[in-house]
Amino acid sequence: MTNELLLWLLPLPPLLAFALIVLFLNKSNKASHTVAILSVVLSWLGSMVLFLRALGIGAEALAEHPMHDSLVWLPGKTSLLRIGVYLDPLTAVTLFFVAWTIVMIFVYSVGYHNYGQPKGDHDEKGYPPHGATVEEHGHKHKVPSIEPMYARFFAFVSLFAFGMYLLVVSDNLLTLFAGWEIMGLCSFLLIGFWFKKESARAAAIKAFMTTRVGDVFMLLGIAYLYVATGSLAYTDVFNPEVLHQLAHSPAPVLGMSVAGFIGLLLFIGTVGKSAQWPLHVWLPDAMEGPTPVSAMIHAATMVSAGVYLIIRVFPLLHAAAEVPEFLSPMPIIAFIGAFTALFAATIAVAQNDIKRVLAYSTISQLGYMVAAVGIGAYVAAAFHLVTHAFFKALLFLGSGSVIHGMEHGVLHTGERIDPQNMYNMGGLRRKMPITFWTFLIGGFALAGFPVVTAGFWSKDEILGEAFAGHHMGVFWTLAVAALLTAFYTMRQITLTFLGEPRTEAAKHAHETPWTMTVPLMVLSVFAVGYGWVGVPKYFPVLGGLLPHWFQEWVGAVFHLYVKEEQAVSHSLVPLLVSILVSLGGLALGYVVYRGVTRADQPDPLARPLGPIFTLLKNKYYFDELYAFLFVRPAYWLAEVFTFRWLDRTVIDGILHAVARLSWNLGQFLRNYIDLPLINGFGDALGEGAKGFGRLFRAIQSGRVQHYMLVALAHVVAFLMLVYYYATMS
Amino acid sequence: MIPLGAYLMVSAALFVIGAFGALARKSAVAILIGLELMFNAALLNAVAFWRYLHPQGFDGTVFAIVILAVAAAEVAVGLALFIAVYRRFGTAEADEIALLRG
Repeated sequence: MTNELLLWLLPLPPLLAFALIVLFLNKSNKASHTVAILSVVLSWLGSMVLFLRALGIGAEALAEHPMHDSLVWLPGKTSLLRIGVYLDPLTAVTLFFVAWTIVMIFVYSVGYHNYGQPKGDHDEKGYPPHGATVEEHGHKHKVPSIEPMYARFFAFVSLFAFGMYLLVVSDNLLTLFAGWEIMGLCSFLLIGFWFKKESARAAAIKAFMTTRVGDVFMLLGIAYLYVATGSLAYTDVFNPEVLHQLAHSPAPVLGMSVAGFIGLLLFIGTVGKSAQWPLHVWLPDAMEGPTPVSAMIHAATMVSAGVYLIIRVFPLLHAAAEVPEFLSPMPIIAFIGAFTALFAATIAVAQNDIKRVLAYSTISQLGYMVAAVGIGAYVAAAFHLVTHAFFKALLFLGSGSVIHGMEHGVLHTGERIDPQNMYNMGGLRRKMPITFWTFLIGGFALAGFPVVTAGFWSKDEILGEAFAGHHMGVFWTLAVAALLTAFYTMRQITLTFLGEPRTEAAKHAHETPWTMTVPLMVLSVFAVGYGWVGVPKYFPVLGGLLPHWFQEWVGAVFHLYVKEEQAVSHSLVPLLVSILVSLGGLALGYVVYRGVTRADQPDPLARPLGPIFTLLKNKYYFDELYAFLFVRPAYWLAEVFTFRWLDRTVIDGILHAVARLSWNLGQFLRNYIDLPLINGFGDALGEGAKGFGRLFRAIQSGRVQHYMLVALAHVVAFLMLVYYYATMS
Repeated sequence: MIPLGAYLMVSAALFVIGAFGALARKSAVAILIGLELMFNAALLNAVAFWRYLHPQGFDGTVFAIVILAVAAAEVAVGLALFIAVYRRFGTAEADEIALLRG
């Protein structure tokens, strides 16, 4: 099969699986997950074949001649709108992590949704499974029960996988946007998967509405790009001449060039999708969905799509930044990224829900990538994108495994506690060793534990680039964020796995089935190993041992557009800082939280930080602020203005007035025309005939002699008349 | 010769007697008899006018015969009707039979 054909086929199996499950297989759980997993394995296989072939071609050659095929879709006014597939080194590395994480998450979902367990005692669709009672060895006990909407879950995630593949392989911004929106829909459906939970519904709506804000701007950016260039294909738009022209023509607003303005609009799409401040509020609430969904959509793939987009359009941003007379969007991007990285990291410190910590950490890490793009380090951004996808998927799946183990304990003991609250855990390393070790690997990767983990290399690269580019503000912000990252990661690990169990449920937690642990192990291999493809040359001892493959590989993509950065003298300062903050944060986290022995103990930081801790715990009150600024006004607009005033008063008023007018007109016609004239005439006719009859019935006596008398009288009268006239003349 | 006026007087008297009988008597048969008298008054007029004013033709005698035939037919129909009425209502009093009263 040719590369291009394979690329075309890549997104199709999950779509097919979605259709099959929805239409035919939804009654059978086994058939549903078999088809779904088979489809993503097929796509995975295709991705790996393409990845290996891409490796065979080599970075420079592939960057210059990407795999590309397109066909005409819609005829436009002046040009033909083409859609197609495209694979350059950036696509290749993205495909690599997308394919792996998706397969792992699909396999994991089988275990997570309790396949093979009995049906719940009183489970119903729209609620998470509550557990089933089974009899074993003569006594009853509760075990987890299978998800009531098992097949539906696999249908949704298959559609989601289709959206992600479509986004990655498309050669233009339009099909990218289509994939982007399909994922948005799936995200909505899956966050609200347990739709009978009020909180899940609210979270789904919140996620959908918030990302929609970004998407609208992104669509505007796409439309503007189409108007400005007549094409949306990467190959046409990222042409040096086109870019030059875009960068030198002024946009109508903000003192930006067209290129910069389009870049900014597309970046707002990224802000929404990748949950950057100020549109970050949806991601933590999205943890209402099942954990595989959190791992897949809200950590590994969908939120990465935002960063992928911003790296993809990097030539545009770069071209805009090159022209000094216009305002460049890059500092805005760097600011938002760095700010988000620090901001979300501080919130993560004060959260107790194991998944929420990870959610804020995801926001923070995405901030790193965005900041990296903002300072021009797109290679470092892509590198962190890939490593983050692996270790964050690992962490989410690990947290899912922990929650699953805890739920088992909760069902077993019947304790009424929140199985997601880390204060209720503790000591799980002995109960769930595989989960513990893999979570530790993921956590250390997130914290950037020096040398062995992938997270260290990618984070170090971003810090190094920031330092080398003299973006000191970004550098120190990210360094502090990295310290906090290491701190809250260790806090999480300490609270969850170390120490002694703090609840009965935690004592009875136990390891999850192999369908959940195997994906954890596979992902932990990547969480460690993927870093080694990006060891910088200047690194002491290790540098140069392994080629800096990632730099060569992804760096080649934009060589055509981006002039080679000046050869910077690499300083060891960022390296030392990154090692210091990572180890320091981890140590600090352990020291502060190892003393937590009771589930109801207040957070050790609560007292020293005081009101700041409350502020962090309440996420800087952003939800309340947005509720005040947007949600309540929107409700007010809907309820008071639109419904009560516009609909009830104005529109209904007009309708009622028209109705009353017609009614009155009808009354008038009836009272003054119909009743007196028309009816009166008819009635008079009838009544006249009747009265006439009544008058003359009196002479109809029925007696023959009366008639004769009358006849005689008339004859006499007639004769007299005749006689009178005869004698007169 | 008896003047025409005498005949007319007799005829008129006969008609008035017949009319009175037809109007005043209760019995249906008597009414019929009154009618017969009126017929005969007309007949007498016809014959008298023929004899005095138009003796050459046959018109008067033909009229008389036609009137006789009509009167006979009428009596036959009338009596048959009265018999039917009597059987139906048990009476032949004209006053009592007032089914057509409005």
